[in-house]
Amino acid sequence: MNGNSDVLISVRNLKKYYNKGEIRALDGISADIHKGEVVVIIGPSGSGKSTFLRSLNLLERPTDGQILFEGEDITDSSVNINKLRMKMGMVFQHFNLFPHLSVLDNMTLAPRKLLKMNKADAESKAMELLRKVALEDRAKAFPAQLSGGQKQRIAIVRALCMSPDVLLFDEPTSALDPEMVGEVLDVMKDLANEGMTMVVVTHEMGFAKEVATRVIFMDDGVMIEEATPDQIFDNPQSDRLKTFLAKVL
Amino acid sequence: MTFLLSMPAWLQKLYDDFKLNFIDKDRYNYIFKGLGITLEVTFFAVLLGIALGMVIAIIRTTHDKNISDMSMGPAKVIIKILNLIAKLYLTVIRGTPVVVQLMISYFIIFASSNNKVMIAVLAFGINSGAYVAEIIRSGIMSIDNGQFEAGRSLGFNYVQTMILIIMPQAFKNILPALANEFIVLIKETSVSGYVGLQELTKGGDIIRSQTYSAFMPLIAVALIYLVIVIFFSKLITLLERRLRNNER
Ligand SMILES: Nc1ncnc2c1ncn2[C@@H]1O[C@H](COP(=O)(O)OP(=O)(O)O)[C@@H](O)[C@H]1O
Ligand SMILES: [Mg+2]
Repeated sequence: MNGNSDVLISVRNLKKYYNKGEIRALDGISADIHKGEVVVIIGPSGSGKSTFLRSLNLLERPTDGQILFEGEDITDSSVNINKLRMKMGMVFQHFNLFPHLSVLDNMTLAPRKLLKMNKADAESKAMELLRKVALEDRAKAFPAQLSGGQKQRIAIVRALCMSPDVLLFDEPTSALDPEMVGEVLDVMKDLANEGMTMVVVTHEMGFAKEVATRVIFMDDGVMIEEATPDQIFDNPQSDRLKTFLAKVL
Repeated sequence: MTFLLSMPAWLQKLYDDFKLNFIDKDRYNYIFKGLGITLEVTFFAVLLGIALGMVIAIIRTTHDKNISDMSMGPAKVIIKILNLIAKLYLTVIRGTPVVVQLMISYFIIFASSNNKVMIAVLAFGINSGAYVAEIIRSGIMSIDNGQFEAGRSLGFNYVQTMILIIMPQAFKNILPALANEFIVLIKETSVSGYVGLQELTKGGDIIRSQTYSAFMPLIAVALIYLVIVIFFSKLITLLERRLRNNER
């Protein structure tokens, strides 16, 4: 796996312990994420999916192990994590739009302040992305005026405004009313088709089957199985995965 | 003059009292000049208090939010020391009466200076800072951590996230509480007479000591405080309503 030029993120023996090792949220995870892949992470609640995802951009500091992003070990304390995070977009379960800013300002804040884009360029890029998710008429709205599905679509394009190399999703549809799940998944499918590298924690098994290039099944802080969606869903190997699938499918 | 002569005795007495306390020897000046000093000290003390409170609040929340994630190093040591100083300041200021702090400032710390207004501004500002710090801290803490994470995940550093994302939201929540600090301070400065500062209360007291008539000057002083406080309370209510309406 070393030297493989299309590896974007390489995770090596990642561990995250809480309460001095009493809770092992991640207990030695290794995985490679290649450019253009859509990796979907599934597993029971509390299995460490969020902790894994949030470690990738260091929102959680690993207890041990390495994360190489574009060849650089981001767990090294000399690395400027803020620079790297600009290239790793993140979409949260609860959207986390900035309520004091309009949709347009939500989207242009980071490009203007961090990439030093001028206002006109940042706004025209934002409008273009808004058109892609059919929300250009909501540019001047404030987050509180949007539906959940609209908020999440905005959160996705807000992340895209930074032109990231990878997008991390932590249960992007779990906080949505059922009728809004589809519109968000559609946006994610479009992104996948355009070749965006994505790591997605989700309970939407239909999305995993249809869009994932690879599925990782986690339980108790370890990776139990890692395979193509067909293999995971039609030919599960471990009892734990079989039990899990029996519950969710 | 027939009108005056025909005034009832109590009204005549009231008029004489008024004339003695406020008009004779231009004694109203004690009230007006005193009011000016009260407002001046309060205004600058509030500004100092907010500036100081902001710094202390940022130190305290930075410490609480980050210390468990920080690896040992100079940054961690500095934050720990700053946090200790901030805590000490909060404990001492909130654990002692403001009059005592004022007297210590005047008679000990700034014993060589006779600029009473400046000393009062410093004493009340430093005192107010401790209370404002806790107001701002609660405002920051009331913002959902997801806001913080969203900011950091976009690539903003800690300070940028604080200034661009957290503070604007926190400030909106605590604006009424900050405005209330002005009301608290305007009343608190009435103890400045202890160091001989001739603000509103002291002005009234000087008149009383000259005329040996307590009623008029003290009631006048009380009424002036009351009017100012009611005025600012109304302003805060309006402000709160505006802020609520702005929540879209
Ligand atoms: N800040 C924390 N302190 C202590 N335990 C935590 C913390 N965050 C997560 N955990 C624990 O780590 C485990 C994995 O959590 P998480 O990654 O959120 O699981 P998932 O996203 O798969 O539901 C759980 O047992 C959870 O209780
Ligand atoms: Mg989770």
